[in-house]
Amino acid sequence: MPVDQAALDAVALSREEYDLLVQRLGREPNEVELGMFGSLWSEHCGYKNSKPLLRLLPSSGERILTKVGAENAGAIDIGDGRCVVMKIESHNHPSAIEPYQGAATGVGGIVRDIFAMGAYPVAILDSLRFGPLDNPQDRYLFHGVVAGIGGYGNCLGIPTVGGEVFFAPAYAGTPLVNAMCVGIAEIDKLLSARAQGEGNVLLLVGADTGRDGIHGASGLASRTDPEARFEEMRPAVQVGNPFLEKLLMEACYELASQHRDWVVGLQDLGAAGLTSSVVECCAKGGSGAILDLENVPRREQGMTPYEVMLSESQERMLVIAKKEHVAEVTALFERWELHCAPIGVVTAGRDVVVREHGVEVARVPVDIATDPPQYRRDGVRPAELAELNAFDPGTLPDLAPADAAPALLRMLARPNIASKRGVFRQYDHQVLANTVVPPGGDAAVLRVPGTTRGIAVSTDCNARLVYLDPYTGGAIAVAEAARNVVCTGAAPVAVTDCLNFGNPERPDVYYTLEQAIRGIAEACLQLGTPVVSGNVSLYNEAGGRPVYPTPIIGMLGLLEDVSHHLRAGFEGPDCQVVLLGAGLEQPAAALGGSEYLEAEHGRVAGMPAIDLALEQRLHQLVLRAHAEGLLLSAHDCSEGGLAVALAEGCILGGWGLDGVRDLPGRLDAALFGEAQSRIVVTIAADVFRQGGGLARLRDLGEELGVPVTFLGRTTREPRFRFGPVDLPVDELRRAYEALLDA
Amino acid sequence: MRFAIVRFPGTWSDRDTYHVLHDILGQQAEILWHRETDLARFDAVVLPGGFSYGDYLRCGAIARFSPIMEAVTAFAEAGKPVIGICNGFQVLCESHLLPGALVRNASLQFRCEWVYLRREGGPSPWVDAIPQGAVLRIPISHGEGNYYADPETLDRLEASGLVVFRYCDAAGNVTPEANPNGSARNIAGIINARGNVLGMMPHPERAGEPLVGGDDGNRIWESVIRSALAAVS
Repeated sequence: MPVDQAALDAVALSREEYDLLVQRLGREPNEVELGMFGSLWSEHCGYKNSKPLLRLLPSSGERILTKVGAENAGAIDIGDGRCVVMKIESHNHPSAIEPYQGAATGVGGIVRDIFAMGAYPVAILDSLRFGPLDNPQDRYLFHGVVAGIGGYGNCLGIPTVGGEVFFAPAYAGTPLVNAMCVGIAEIDKLLSARAQGEGNVLLLVGADTGRDGIHGASGLASRTDPEARFEEMRPAVQVGNPFLEKLLMEACYELASQHRDWVVGLQDLGAAGLTSSVVECCAKGGSGAILDLENVPRREQGMTPYEVMLSESQERMLVIAKKEHVAEVTALFERWELHCAPIGVVTAGRDVVVREHGVEVARVPVDIATDPPQYRRDGVRPAELAELNAFDPGTLPDLAPADAAPALLRMLARPNIASKRGVFRQYDHQVLANTVVPPGGDAAVLRVPGTTRGIAVSTDCNARLVYLDPYTGGAIAVAEAARNVVCTGAAPVAVTDCLNFGNPERPDVYYTLEQAIRGIAEACLQLGTPVVSGNVSLYNEAGGRPVYPTPIIGMLGLLEDVSHHLRAGFEGPDCQVVLLGAGLEQPAAALGGSEYLEAEHGRVAGMPAIDLALEQRLHQLVLRAHAEGLLLSAHDCSEGGLAVALAEGCILGGWGLDGVRDLPGRLDAALFGEAQSRIVVTIAADVFRQGGGLARLRDLGEELGVPVTFLGRTTREPRFRFGPVDLPVDELRRAYEALLDA
Repeated sequence: MRFAIVRFPGTWSDRDTYHVLHDILGQQAEILWHRETDLARFDAVVLPGGFSYGDYLRCGAIARFSPIMEAVTAFAEAGKPVIGICNGFQVLCESHLLPGALVRNASLQFRCEWVYLRREGGPSPWVDAIPQGAVLRIPISHGEGNYYADPETLDRLEASGLVVFRYCDAAGNVTPEANPNGSARNIAGIINARGNVLGMMPHPERAGEPLVGGDDGNRIWESVIRSALAAVS
């Protein structure tokens, strides 16, 4: 029976893909099989547009324990037999439709990926993008997403320690919600998502299965839906139960950490539910499986096999238990007051066979299901870029000295720069008592429990720069995320990335995707930070326009001694303030793509630039100076430029600045230019008094080829003096807290 | 001293409390699943923070029916020290071991931040070693920590010295600005008439070492440890 177009649309398969499927199967799939293949061959599960490009990313290194894409998350050896497990994932489409539950279940999903590896989750970070807050719809999305993240994460008892929030018209009605989770495991207790060993038992643990979330993977996340369909798509958004997830997390961690030998694999149920969970485990284990659907605990009566196989009900895990330990595993989950049902067995074949009451309802060859067609397209550079890149900010009038102070106050109050305390105080960022540097600085620092080591984590992406030049912008996203962790004294070691783009079938979007990945790849190679895990979210468009291309970079850094870390705020009076990297005089081009250019001149234009070799030398300089004990604080100089970085140093630390008054060159570029690869550091007062600090820093700078510029001294008097700006720090703080009750 | 740390389904400050009591203060501590019923081997009981039963229905409303709560009530009635922190405070109120209730923060938002507490009232083994008027810096982390009781109860609590912690500023001034959640009369922690049961919203177990922001929380644990030693000698 030839399948009609409506059935294909329901699973987001093209006619060509369907014909290919029929050819490889040697028959027409039945309805259940079509649903299963449609999900597994979707962009969301099958990465059919992005996989060939993702191979460009460096993914191996001496610390890296996992093969990228092979497991639920990437694992990095951090010494002492321990590893960090991390991944970032998007939940953009559900959050656009139902912000609270979309964001909440995004957190739930990424946390399950981490404890599926046998790790204990120790940190969550959220990278968020919204349209401007003066639009009521975007305001609603912002509040809903923040409340959803808090509502879920706070209940789990995992600290939300970082992330960023960025606003731009390009995200109006199309928010990006990326959640990153970091866990810690003992290396020999790591679990794999695999089904192996004929006769071993598939146990479905946690929530009962309902009709929620059907077609989440194929429908929501793998195409562009007109906003008019949001109401109708709302039932495809799942509803979270963080309490259940908390129990599931504790039970799975107990299983992995104390009874690793009872199981062969552990896998979460995410996009495409039971279908992808079972098929992927079989693919990894080189096995097959038989499922008996009547054993799947249901939330409601009358569910069809199609619905059971594609349900995306949250808070469910698949345990592949050794047949001789099924009773013990079941008892463990029941002690945690969780349902645990045997729903199938591992077979020696290569098919996933789905039965209901003994009747076969689907037979899916694993090798076909996990080998979707892959598309390598030809991209075209977006036509608008030529004119935007050619724009010369030097043609604009310079900032008058008398206007510098008001401009700084306006910049500090910009939603993209202002303090996000109003957001992160809604998240529990302290539970587990490992949070050493809380949110609000460049990166969060956490103690590795039971050790004196630390990790620094950050997410970053200045999408305006990726928009203006995807290759350079992609590289800058990596450089800036690495710079953030370097500012805490940590050495950057690994990346997880979440690539948020529009419809890849458009040549201009495909071009930005490819170029951004190439830029990320180059920066990761240069900075020695392989990509260990990640996620791709395409079809992020509204009103026919894609969002800014937004490759979010999650960066991990390591500190040998967690007590020896740095913060962004100035730590005391009488410290020398020093700029590392490009000096005070900046060309007008440094305003290209800057927050200032958009804020004060309404232009998003120019050509971003970065010298990755300089970036790497800058990191070496900071880490060496810190190892020698020269530094007291370090702060990345990024959005808003040097004036904003210095003001933040004063606001966060509560001290004043007596800075240089004569700024060379264009005033706007010196104050607010966003040249890359710059870090503001302070030198400890005692080192300074001994007379050697700055001289030593200059020597190191000369050796490494990084400019070192003296900017002034911190003062006890809380007054900010830099260039023509002379303002009380309290006034800066009031501007900086503009978003507090937004 | 032997501490029982009760773990309800959804509790999350159990590990942090264990870390402070065992790893930092060198005490004996054990995390007990809520189905346990025997507290005979313990000198003090901690009901830690978290979202017991997901805070569904009402914070602490389901946990009060957990099997262990009968033993906790008997333990408290025997005059032995019991502390409820955050969700534990909510459970103590739901169990009527302490008066009043914790309702939604006045901001209608969850709040996680460092606050200052002024020590008042007493006596109680939990605070006896902390000087009157001393200011402690300890974090809060809750969405429903807004202490509520009728005016007569509040008057009685104050007159009897049962309010032992109030939200204040760094200098110890009790002001509306220093009140993070709208609690009646800035109340952050109260004791029962006998003084052995303390309920407080702020998290002393999160202020156990300078590395994570401060160790003022230890003054509370040290107080109860000292009072136990005094009782023995």
